[in-house]
Amino acid sequence: MGEVLLTSKLKGERLELAAAGPWTAAHASELEALVDRVAGEAPQAKKVSIDMTGVSEFDTFGAWLLERLTRAWTAAGQKPAIVGLPKHDRGLLEEMHGVNREPPRASARENRIVGALAAIGRGAAGLGRGFMLFADMLGAVGVATLRVLRHPSEFRLTSTINQFDRVAWQAVPIILLITFLIGAIISQQGIFHFRKFGAELYSVDLVGILVLREIGVLIVAIMVAGRSGSSYTAEIGSMKMREEIDALRTMGFDPVEVLILPRILVLVIALPVLTFLGSMAALYGGGLVAWLYGGISPDIYLSRLTEAISLTHFKVGMLKAPFMGLVIGIVACAEGLKVKGSAESLGLQTTASVVESIFLVIVLDGIFAIFFASIGM
Amino acid sequence: MAQEPVIKVRDLVVGFGDQTVLDHLSLDVRGGEILGVVGASGAGKSVLLRTIIGLLPKRHGSIEVLGVDLDQANEQQRRALERRWGILFQQGALFSSLTVRENVQFPMRENLDLSPRLMDEMALAKLEMVGLTPDDANKYPAELSGGMTKRVALARALALDPEIVFLDEPTSGLDPISAGDFDELIRTLQQTLGLTVFMVTHDLESLYTACDRIAVLADGKVVADGPLETMLESKHPWVKNYFQGKRGGLLVDRRVSA
Repeated sequence: MGEVLLTSKLKGERLELAAAGPWTAAHASELEALVDRVAGEAPQAKKVSIDMTGVSEFDTFGAWLLERLTRAWTAAGQKPAIVGLPKHDRGLLEEMHGVNREPPRASARENRIVGALAAIGRGAAGLGRGFMLFADMLGAVGVATLRVLRHPSEFRLTSTINQFDRVAWQAVPIILLITFLIGAIISQQGIFHFRKFGAELYSVDLVGILVLREIGVLIVAIMVAGRSGSSYTAEIGSMKMREEIDALRTMGFDPVEVLILPRILVLVIALPVLTFLGSMAALYGGGLVAWLYGGISPDIYLSRLTEAISLTHFKVGMLKAPFMGLVIGIVACAEGLKVKGSAESLGLQTTASVVESIFLVIVLDGIFAIFFASIGM
Repeated sequence: MAQEPVIKVRDLVVGFGDQTVLDHLSLDVRGGEILGVVGASGAGKSVLLRTIIGLLPKRHGSIEVLGVDLDQANEQQRRALERRWGILFQQGALFSSLTVRENVQFPMRENLDLSPRLMDEMALAKLEMVGLTPDDANKYPAELSGGMTKRVALARALALDPEIVFLDEPTSGLDPISAGDFDELIRTLQQTLGLTVFMVTHDLESLYTACDRIAVLADGKVVADGPLETMLESKHPWVKNYFQGKRGGLLVDRRVSA
């Protein structure tokens, strides 16, 4: 850099400053340091002047720093004189003269304990609001269903089929793969541990009951929450951001009926289908491992399986599936409608949607376990 | 003043698929002027702007900005050049997760090494220059009206004191009074800061009040360019229709009689 942007000379009672070089954004931090140092020197002098003749470039950053310097001196009772500033740069300085006069209202800094308490309160209120929103959405979907039942022509068949393709059909490969692997792992672990007691055959019972009653539906529900629930929230959220939802409403359509009902209906249908496919894949994986790793031939595996499981186990698993689909759909759509204007909020609600729906799916599974135990299924 | 134009577009061809939008277009923008680019919807005004700033690839031709050929510039030269221009996007393109102040400070934070105090003061100074109050600084973009969004976007475009400002339909979506204020704002800022302004617009009023020179795009080319008087004398059917049609004619009459 070499060039000194601001030099000061004390001549008797006069402080003379000479500015030089580029007073621009690129040199702003250097300039700021110089200006701040010089600003403190004024009180010793009776008269101060700044000679701007040597300045080669001048922009708003330079203009503001010069203004800051003159303000500091004016506050100290000086009357600084600025000389040698070209005419068109004078306009810039005048522009800067008017700005930053009133400091922005500082946001009141709150007490840390109060802040923590407020955060807890907000969290609790949010939880309650979340529950209300869930109930609200459930009610709205119920009303929309009744309306569609009364006027079946209003049902959006095309949209429903399109959603079904995306949510169910396109999910089949990944669901089959994951459940196949889970079934294989359960079978391997069962054989490995039961072998100590010479009870390898019981691993078939383990796989059968676990897969049909719990694992099949849970894995599928969690996969669908991550795969389709998140995309529902993102879709509806970005529609909300771009005012598409408001547009629908003003045209006399109920967004719940047009956008949300088909999506939730698809989930309610798709989840049992995927659960069935997933359970079969898991049993297949379990059987394969039992044969290759445990030496249980497919014939024995099948006959053991028919003894170990009953239709009840299958029904327990399948009965849970549509409810889980409903929960995932409602949470995903409710979170989507909560999205506000910013991209950040879209991300936030999508995360919330997935976390919440997985949590609720597991809670629901627990409630079902208690329910089925008490009715003896 | 026989100076080099700050933006020199030569023989530019831009297209998508088998559709050619800009067809051997040449255009100069001189230093310190406000150039208004007009044309029918779909004539390629925004495409031209986006090609100059490097957001769209071109098929043929050369673009020189501030004496730098964009094809030959290396990464460092390009970065240096990008600091010397500011862009106001049509929808504002403010970062929605940052406050107004942080939006304006963003280019400063990334490109300059400034103290927080100076950065705050500069951000507020820029906001006041575009006619906003310090109280707006802590708002989020979602809380702003259309006119305020444009003003904040302009403040962000001006954050680094650029030499060239590209404006993509700065007054679209504003009511006539706000649009008029905005035109005036651009005019005064251009004079105080010595900017060169490249403005894509639909707004006849903007052309009359703010622009020094007008370039008309049609059929992928510049079919007319010059001050308003030249436009009025043009024989090109679209230009004639635009400036002497129902709406254009009214404004011209008013201007002539004023």
